[in-house]
Amino acid sequence: MAARAEPPRILVLGIGNILWADEGFGVRAVELFHARYRIPENVQILDGGTQGLYLVQFVQEADDLLVFDAIDYGLEPGTLKIVRDDEVPKFTGSKKMSLHQTGFQEVLSAADLLGSYPERLALVGCQPLDLEDWGGPLTQPVRDKLDRALDMAVAILAEWGAICVPRAAGDNPPSLLGNDIDFSNYERLQAATRHQGG
Amino acid sequence: MGTQTPNGFNLDNSGTRIVVDPVTRIEGHMRVEVNVDSNNVIRNAVSTGTMWRGIEVILRNRDPRDAWAFTERICGVCTGTHALTSVRAVEDALHIAIPENANSIRNLMQLALQVHDHIVHFYHLHALDWVDVVSALSADPKATSTLAQSISSWPLSSPGYFKDLQTRLKKFVDSGQLGPFKNGYWGSKAYRLPPEANLMAVAHYLEALDFQKDIVKIHTIFGGKNPHPNWLVGGVPCPINVDGVGSVGALNMERLNYVTEIIDRLIEFNDLVYLPDIAAIGSFYKDWLYGGGLSGKSVLAYGDIPENANDYTPGNLSLPQGAIINGNLSEIFPVDHRDPTEIQEFVSHSWYKYGDESKGLHPWDGVTDPHYELGPNAKGTKTNIVELDEGGKYSWIKAPRWKGHAMEVGPLARWVVGYAQNKAEFKDPVDKFLKDLGLPLPALFSTLGRTAARALESQWAGYKMRHFQQKLIARIKAGDSSTANTEKWDPKTWPSEVKGVGFTEAPRGALAHWIKIKDGKIDNYQCVVPTTWNGSPRDPQGNIGAFEASLMDTPMADPNQPLEILRTIHSFDPCLACSTHVMGPDGQEMAKVQVR
Repeated sequence: MAARAEPPRILVLGIGNILWADEGFGVRAVELFHARYRIPENVQILDGGTQGLYLVQFVQEADDLLVFDAIDYGLEPGTLKIVRDDEVPKFTGSKKMSLHQTGFQEVLSAADLLGSYPERLALVGCQPLDLEDWGGPLTQPVRDKLDRALDMAVAILAEWGAICVPRAAGDNPPSLLGNDIDFSNYERLQAATRHQGG
Repeated sequence: MGTQTPNGFNLDNSGTRIVVDPVTRIEGHMRVEVNVDSNNVIRNAVSTGTMWRGIEVILRNRDPRDAWAFTERICGVCTGTHALTSVRAVEDALHIAIPENANSIRNLMQLALQVHDHIVHFYHLHALDWVDVVSALSADPKATSTLAQSISSWPLSSPGYFKDLQTRLKKFVDSGQLGPFKNGYWGSKAYRLPPEANLMAVAHYLEALDFQKDIVKIHTIFGGKNPHPNWLVGGVPCPINVDGVGSVGALNMERLNYVTEIIDRLIEFNDLVYLPDIAAIGSFYKDWLYGGGLSGKSVLAYGDIPENANDYTPGNLSLPQGAIINGNLSEIFPVDHRDPTEIQEFVSHSWYKYGDESKGLHPWDGVTDPHYELGPNAKGTKTNIVELDEGGKYSWIKAPRWKGHAMEVGPLARWVVGYAQNKAEFKDPVDKFLKDLGLPLPALFSTLGRTAARALESQWAGYKMRHFQQKLIARIKAGDSSTANTEKWDPKTWPSEVKGVGFTEAPRGALAHWIKIKDGKIDNYQCVVPTTWNGSPRDPQGNIGAFEASLMDTPMADPNQPLEILRTIHSFDPCLACSTHVMGPDGQEMAKVQVR
């Protein structure tokens, strides 16, 4: 690869559905990453939610892509796994029933078809315990691994030349997610509701 | 033989059962089971799906002003339309009037979503039901160019362009197991386009993929960010500062001009690419007019796109409102979201519990109490269903009914209502589409008609966007920069108990949210979404839902390759739970087929 004059454009992307327990891992990880680290100019942080294919433009624009997501590799719940470059599957399904089933693999495949696949790609994945608990919080095994997942991301970004430093005390940026769906507010009320209503 | 349903279908489940089930590791999501007779014609259809289990579980005791942010997360595709429906429900409950500019901006965002969703849905999901990607490899690029130029003046049509594209496509097909297109039923007899038309469509598939990202910039401009644009009870969170140079986030002339340019481009894409493609596909499939289901019988549209702010009566809505039942297009019924006897949800065949399941509940009094049990004739177990028993409970989707009728919602429903109202903007394009193909009006009630209605609506929406953009700019130029009404922002100004309803036409159909607010907090919140209407199971009277109805009497070329089932179900643009993105080690097969 030829030396670049400009630093690479790096995208740190969290994906998942915060309403379905451990499905929210990727979004919560990127939310915490934003809260805890100062990032260089060439790094962008994005809460991708379940936007599927609609994230393709962000992926196209990135030279390097780091993704937080829930994975299913049949591991113990809470196990973290880094998947890199060609190991990350990409495909386009045509037998699926709904556009909503466009997974992240398809986003990658679409970026590839459009001729702008990231040069470097790393997925920091976490095996979920529970994806079916509607409205539920992250489960303990997954929650316990958030710090470690952020450490892994920091190490990967450092490898890519982007040094992220912990924010100083008192450096509290606005949360990546607002309107009561940020991590603590979302889960605070959910926990209370569950205890009351059962 | 068989059973006659009140809504006019003869069900016969004696033949071979075919199960089409997207394999996910999470839940069933959507699954279709049909019985075919000895000629492989579908004689019974059962659709089941997973929806969320009631947003009220999550929203109870939250601040109503934040509800949009939660509902935006229900679903990955309809984010904006849920948010819009939510703020309308809260505004209705609290009698909050929004400024005209906010109405125009919301309409622009909603219409942009319509166009975006329709284009992406057609090219990315649905086109592959009509277009054989692999066949495109054997196309003659020169002949493809001739074909493309014969149907449109779209400039990307040279032999060299198609040759390059074919080379790229070949690379993908050759990489791995058919590369990105590995899941198709390529080569099936149910595909009818010649190789050149297939190649042209693949080119447009890629162009659409590239173009869609510009359409969503409208959401970034008006919503402050994308994905997950911001919304606001009382207006839009988008200040207008026309003279502002470099003011962060504010709407200035430069941004407005950029929106105008995007609108011009999407109108051009609709006119020169999307519509001609639909006409071309239609010409090869014009005798494949299955899939109509309820569309020629019972359709429902709530209406949307208010011309003037705060008036949601039918006369002020650009998209039509009305209900048609029993195929009688000469009588259009008004729809009242507040009348407890009109819209009701039933659970006799859904995995929920009511005290009396012979009755339906109006959404203001809606209950979501899960109760998962299989019918006595189901095969398999609760964790591994081999075959559903449609005589019992068989879906996580409730069965909404309008005055007891199963209804189809969506672009075709909207266009049927607009057509029946004799409105030229809906009637003329439909008549032209049918006339060009030499088809009579009943041909509209089909899978092809549903697909065509979506394209016609995308075109209509583009021009409507131009209208609201001009209106917005004119008002701004006249000095009106108001975008939000914050008079009732403080919950202390609210009555202690209120209820409201907000409705929209989401890309895939009629959507409404019903809210009850008590002491400043959400007390109950129910959404009835388009796919609940279309994907509904049977009701206590035995009426089948729109998906089920649409599959009836369709002949299958090969039951092992249920292309016809997917084609028709896809034509509804179904909206299912969005939790299926979990990354697995392989490009997993999304649908498996069992014939037994």
